[in-house]
Amino acid sequence: MKVLLSGNEAVARGAWEAGVKFASSYPGTPSTEILENLVRYPEIYAEWAPNEKVALEAVIGASLSGKRAIASMKHVGLNVAADPFMTFSYTGVNGGVVIAVADDPGLYSSQNEQDTRNYVRAALIPALEPSDSQEALDFTRMAYEISETYDTPVLIRLVTRISHTKTVVETGERTEKEKEPEINPEKWVMLPAYARKRHPLVIERFKRLTLFSESLEINRMEIKDTSIGFITSGVVYQYVKEAFPEASVLKLGMIYPLPQKLIREFVEKVKTVYVVEELDPFLETEIKAAGIPVIGKEVFPRTGEFNPDVIRKSIDRNYRPQTVSFPGIPERPPTLCPGCPHRGVFVALRKAKIRALGDIGCYTLGAIPPLSALHSCICMGAGVSMEHGATTCGMERVVAVIGDSTFFHTGVSSLMNIAYNRSPSTVLILDNRTTAMTGKQPHPGTGETAKGEKTKPVMPEEVAKAFGIERIRVVDPYNVEEFIRVLEEEVSEKEPSVIISRRPCTLITKRPDTVYRVDKELCIGCKRCLSVGCIALKMEDGKAEIDPLLCFGCGICAVECPKDAIVEGKR
Amino acid sequence: MSRLDIVIAGVGGQGVLLASEIISNVALAAGYDVKKSEIHGMAQRGGSVFSFVRIAEKVYSPIIPAGGADFLLAFEELEALRYAPYLKPQARIIVNTQKISPITVLSGAASYPEDPVEMLKEHFTVYPVDAVSLAKEAGNAKAVNTVIVGMFSVFAGFERRLWKETMKRLLPPKILDVNLKAFELGVSAGERNEA
Ligand code: SF4
Ligand code: SF4
Repeated sequence: MKVLLSGNEAVARGAWEAGVKFASSYPGTPSTEILENLVRYPEIYAEWAPNEKVALEAVIGASLSGKRAIASMKHVGLNVAADPFMTFSYTGVNGGVVIAVADDPGLYSSQNEQDTRNYVRAALIPALEPSDSQEALDFTRMAYEISETYDTPVLIRLVTRISHTKTVVETGERTEKEKEPEINPEKWVMLPAYARKRHPLVIERFKRLTLFSESLEINRMEIKDTSIGFITSGVVYQYVKEAFPEASVLKLGMIYPLPQKLIREFVEKVKTVYVVEELDPFLETEIKAAGIPVIGKEVFPRTGEFNPDVIRKSIDRNYRPQTVSFPGIPERPPTLCPGCPHRGVFVALRKAKIRALGDIGCYTLGAIPPLSALHSCICMGAGVSMEHGATTCGMERVVAVIGDSTFFHTGVSSLMNIAYNRSPSTVLILDNRTTAMTGKQPHPGTGETAKGEKTKPVMPEEVAKAFGIERIRVVDPYNVEEFIRVLEEEVSEKEPSVIISRRPCTLITKRPDTVYRVDKELCIGCKRCLSVGCIALKMEDGKAEIDPLLCFGCGICAVECPKDAIVEGKR
Repeated sequence: MSRLDIVIAGVGGQGVLLASEIISNVALAAGYDVKKSEIHGMAQRGGSVFSFVRIAEKVYSPIIPAGGADFLLAFEELEALRYAPYLKPQARIIVNTQKISPITVLSGAASYPEDPVEMLKEHFTVYPVDAVSLAKEAGNAKAVNTVIVGMFSVFAGFERRLWKETMKRLLPPKILDVNLKAFELGVSAGERNEA
């Protein structure tokens, strides 16, 4: 049957068809929906792990036990999972393993634009890159065969545009696959003595995979006009086909290792050959290192997402499509929702003039004007570790701000460092009872699993207590004045402290009946309330006004009003 | 029809993604190749949301190149202006006549353009529609997306039956009737424009 599937849905479907029994992941745009779709198949055990390292290690365990398994994550998630990733290359698999990793060229929803392909080169792990959803499904199935035949994990490299594009797919049936557990210390115990013997095998496997890639049908030449040709892979292939329909193309389905003979053959047939790829010159470097003359990043950009125009313009500098545009129209950036509990925290921090070292989540939006109350964001958990470094070096009036899901992801070990090394740090855990940013996924604190089953919730305050932190406060972020008081007490304290801001995300809260309104008699039109960055607030004829349909009744804006003009009302 | 490239744009929460889901599934049912591409993530928090739907015998790029789209379905006036660069000179625009100020305007950092519909009319064929009123008439202000889809169906040329079947398949039974009604109101609005 023909259906429309996104790249993420297709990877999940491919894994299901290949007989996968175990799936583990941590949510992150653009890869989240892979696990969300795997959850729907009753034959698959699918879970959210606290982080990507745990997810991949669980998958390795499933493989050792004889089951086919899949780990999925976004590009920066592989940084977290890089430790097991590198050594998993040495052990190889028992049950086949696919690691699906989605890059984000153009940074639609990420803190950097790193290129996952560099990891497969470092680990000598083979990688496939689909150019649409049909390939995402087919390549995932094929990856399990490669994985078990060559005794290696296989990486499926996705990008946002593949993960979140629906294309027509012909689906197949599921085949069950299972093995006995593998107990073989020389293969699985990576002691120096054993690992030393595995490393040459990895290199030998790499050579066999290179040979295999030469005859693999997903690496294919489309010879047309031989004056111009492109070597490409993934979604960029689609852009090339649209921009230069008459050109010759060498489409690589397997992007590592590369079929050097096939590439040489293509370059001999075609006069001018371009290597087109988003982000790093990965294919290009491999091809040039083999002494094959091609043109790459000399003409194509190294940053951002491509499209057919980027390719046209790179080759023909004079290419200008005819367009109509309206320069200077206002931006529409994302903002914290009306009623977002995080807003209370940021308004309190701003009023108290306390700096905040942040993390990854909706609350990163606290950095954007008009809130402008967050002062760093590096990666998951970094805010808490940075707080320790900063306060140990004597920085004052600075706190860490981390969400609940992010806290369980990697904030836990950072907090342990604060507790263990006793820095005068204050850590704010914004506990909104969900993983809001990526769409309400459960996490260890919510008491619910990915499959919707009840489980024991982990409470952040108990974690802090177990680490030996004595100063732990739980505060409602809607109560900004109380929040400021607690902040003042804790930042002046030399002991490590934790403030838990507890209130659920509006996505999981019933809309309240009370909303706020502006008393026009009292309002002097000073616009101070607008600085909380709530889209329910606007100026109308020189006075503030609150849209009762958008207002969530948090009352946080009222704190900013010097005239107490913002008052409770009914919807 | 040899190919049809559509940009659908609006504000987070307006139902842009459901509209593009319906249109792509209708095109698939009509036997075409379809690609539907959208960006989510940070965009959801009240940001600008858009979706590309490309329909042809064979579709390559999921991204519509600048100056390439035949149709813009805009759920909000400012968003109609924002995505105009994707349109062909002879493109047609269906625009819901609603103005939702972004935070940049609300906080006084920028101002909302005076009359986006007039600005667009200077360059394109524009069909303005008060989809909010029609959606309310159908029974739910949220059905703005199916009003616009109904209006678009008049120009798209796929069999009427396919639209209804697709909506029955994709929409939860609870909201189906309201949306079918909103679709019909959109169709009438579209037919008035076409005449
Ligand atoms: S989704 Fe939840 S956490 Fe994110 S901005 Fe909205 S209310 Fe805040
Ligand atoms: S208008 Fe004020 S009370 Fe209402 S949601 Fe926005 S910040 Fe909260």
